[in-house]
Amino acid sequence: MKDFAALLERLAFTPQRNGKLRLLAQYFTAVPDPERGLALAALTGDLKLRAVTASLLRGLVAERVDPELFAISYDFVGDLAETIALIWPEPDAPPNDTDLPLPQLVEELQQTGKAGLPALIASRLDALNASERYAYLKLATGGMRVGVSARLARAAFAEYGKLPLTEIEEIWHGLKPPYLELFAWAEGGDKPESAALAPFRPVMLSTATDLDALSALNPADYAAEWKWDGIRVQAVSDQGTRRLYSRTGEDIGGAFPDLLDRLDFDGVIDGELLVRRGDQVGTFGELQQRLNRKTVSKKLLESHPAGLRAYDLLLWGGEDLRALPFDSRRARLELAIAGLGDPQIDASALLEFSTWDDLAALRADPPDAVIEGVMIKRRDSPYLAGRMKGPWFKWKRDPLVIDAVLLYAQRGHGKRSGYYSDFTFGVWDGEELVPVGKAYFGFTDDELKALDRFVRNNTVDRYGPVRAVKPTKVVEVAFEGLNRSARHKSGVAMRFPRISRIRDDKPAAEADRIETLRAMLPPEVT
Amino acid sequence: MARLPLVTRPEGLYCPSGGFFIDPMRPVDRALITHAHADHARAGHKAVLATRQTLDLMAIRYGDDFAGARQVADGVMQVGDATVSFHPAGHVLGSAQISVAADGQRVTVSGDYARVANPSCAPWEPVPCDIFVTEATFGLPVFHHPDPATEAQKLLASVAAFPERAHIVGAYSLGKAQRVIMLLRQAGWDAPIYIHGALQRICDYHIAQGIPLGDLRPATDDCMKKADFAGHIIIAPPSAFEATWAQRFPDPVLAFASGWMSVRARARQRGVELPLIISDHVDWADLTRTIEELNPAETWVTHGREDAVIRWCELQGRAARPLHLAGYEDEAE
Repeated sequence: MKDFAALLERLAFTPQRNGKLRLLAQYFTAVPDPERGLALAALTGDLKLRAVTASLLRGLVAERVDPELFAISYDFVGDLAETIALIWPEPDAPPNDTDLPLPQLVEELQQTGKAGLPALIASRLDALNASERYAYLKLATGGMRVGVSARLARAAFAEYGKLPLTEIEEIWHGLKPPYLELFAWAEGGDKPESAALAPFRPVMLSTATDLDALSALNPADYAAEWKWDGIRVQAVSDQGTRRLYSRTGEDIGGAFPDLLDRLDFDGVIDGELLVRRGDQVGTFGELQQRLNRKTVSKKLLESHPAGLRAYDLLLWGGEDLRALPFDSRRARLELAIAGLGDPQIDASALLEFSTWDDLAALRADPPDAVIEGVMIKRRDSPYLAGRMKGPWFKWKRDPLVIDAVLLYAQRGHGKRSGYYSDFTFGVWDGEELVPVGKAYFGFTDDELKALDRFVRNNTVDRYGPVRAVKPTKVVEVAFEGLNRSARHKSGVAMRFPRISRIRDDKPAAEADRIETLRAMLPPEVT
Repeated sequence: MARLPLVTRPEGLYCPSGGFFIDPMRPVDRALITHAHADHARAGHKAVLATRQTLDLMAIRYGDDFAGARQVADGVMQVGDATVSFHPAGHVLGSAQISVAADGQRVTVSGDYARVANPSCAPWEPVPCDIFVTEATFGLPVFHHPDPATEAQKLLASVAAFPERAHIVGAYSLGKAQRVIMLLRQAGWDAPIYIHGALQRICDYHIAQGIPLGDLRPATDDCMKKADFAGHIIIAPPSAFEATWAQRFPDPVLAFASGWMSVRARARQRGVELPLIISDHVDWADLTRTIEELNPAETWVTHGREDAVIRWCELQGRAARPLHLAGYEDEAE
């Protein structure tokens, strides 16, 4: 437990992705089986423990700490598990400093009945130190929230084992904690066979392109289709087991029972998950409302029904089609989808074009607001794992841009320590500037230095690590789309905002107004 | 009813019989100062009574003319109708508790104090009293300061894990910085430690007072290129994190040495990557233990979490009251 607790401590204070990868890889190297596998499962959310509720923990602490002192403390600390970890009175005879093994702690949590849990947890809290108590409570309550996604944990495993991430994702859902065979593979053993039904297959990804790059290619060699602004998914049905995976192999089917019900086939479809009402396609914002829910209400299922727009066919009726050229798979896809006869599952339409200029014209004027560009696929391309340059391209619509005024800046981390590199910017709402987004990339190193200098010379207020600056600096902000947001004062939320240009030529008064942004919002669904 | 030996006034804690303030927030005629931290020791008093080291440190920070007259505390002294004496508080170099006997009662004003051994100053001593005036900076039961030696090990482990990066430790320039340096020396780190210019004179003074801080070099040494700081430890006041000063070091790990670092949200707010829980104040256990050991008839609680300490006294059936003195900062810790 000591190693795991130390790992969580370091992860909590390591904001950079590379730093986290390195810490995790070091942990996997240093810690033996089965502990490291259980830790990996805890981070990927695959460690299924009996739910230890917040009220159980509150009850335990109330037996040992005055409720008023606990309330004052919780108010100061802000996190229940952390408050309990810190406030838990250590026994008079200090615990001998033996390291309680993580596997033992996990096993007893799994095997203890509901009635026995409070006594078990209390005895363990008595035997652990504060940092271990925190790790133990995070483990027991399930919601780790320690700044590591399942994807990042797997990427760290790939780095530690020098293995391709796509291959790990492919077999992941067939493996169980503590992943002994996975660690054996990383240390030079054989690749584990996945015996699970409906496994995830690595997804084929595209690279970005533009008209200049395309002009060197023969349009007749390529097919094109719309790039829909939903979530790229892999829908799998295998002898009655149905799964919906994100393109990184996350099983997201739990939030989409309506779509799972419709996967009445035996095969693997690559497509776009969308909210669909007949021919009308919902915005990304609407789809987001369906994500990450443990239970989906009947009302939401009716108002935001899920659908699938199919791009490709990987397996069908037991046959692996991935080695076939795109054109052949496409023909099989059309047949397969027609055979389903389900209005919520259709094949993405191919676009007719004979020159790249034709395609450019289509891209410039898409028939639906939920289209974010075009996909271009070589007609002879097999379905390959990962992102390689060549067979598939994405040609996204031009980003939206606005001119905004810098309002706040915050210092960065690591190589950007000491530089103000995270910027909040706003636009005019009447006579006031209202914040509309935050960006921390898009600029060159020289531009970063210039922005840092501007922040230092124009600070008007400080709030902890944040500085408010004199609202005089205009920046061009590019972003991929705009959603309605009740959480932001401005009512809008940008997707992938970045600072694309510094507009020293523009006075703040000429920056954009909130009305300009509102006009970019997708139509509201009533 | 008998007159109280100490009362609160807008300027701070006042002794009517002695005609003096203890650690006043504003310039006064006569001030007794517990220690040289800026929120306790302010410039501009007409007369100051403090330990030799506190007076020296005030002169370093404010210049030689920081007060009209100054007097070194020495044994039991008469001030007006009160008798006063200074006793080590274990907080920073020169720090003292002030014992006041007046109006038939003995009061111990702790100032800021710590019970854990601190190689950069003399250890805390119990001073029997009727009224104990305690600080409450870490007066919440969530605060248990770990053994500072393990925190120093944490820093050295990080230096070993990230040899290509510099480690900048934010530490308050008086007390905490020297404490961290001593902890590193005790852990066997005998490489040069680079210090921010704001620390130079205070570190020099510690060395002159016999605290062996070892090889200290200015972090602004022109001979050092950016990459040369890889694998080195730099100590700076936390405000330096915000300055362009921090840009001279290669991909630095930002550490911060403070009792606040045990609470994650506090550490993250400061953008800290390596929190080091090193405090010069009593934690909850030491604070409540001190009250039990001294067993005063009354406990007065000042600066920090007065509410929680008062609640604890209530549960113990101890007479206690909050002083509600404004002006002391806890962020400096």
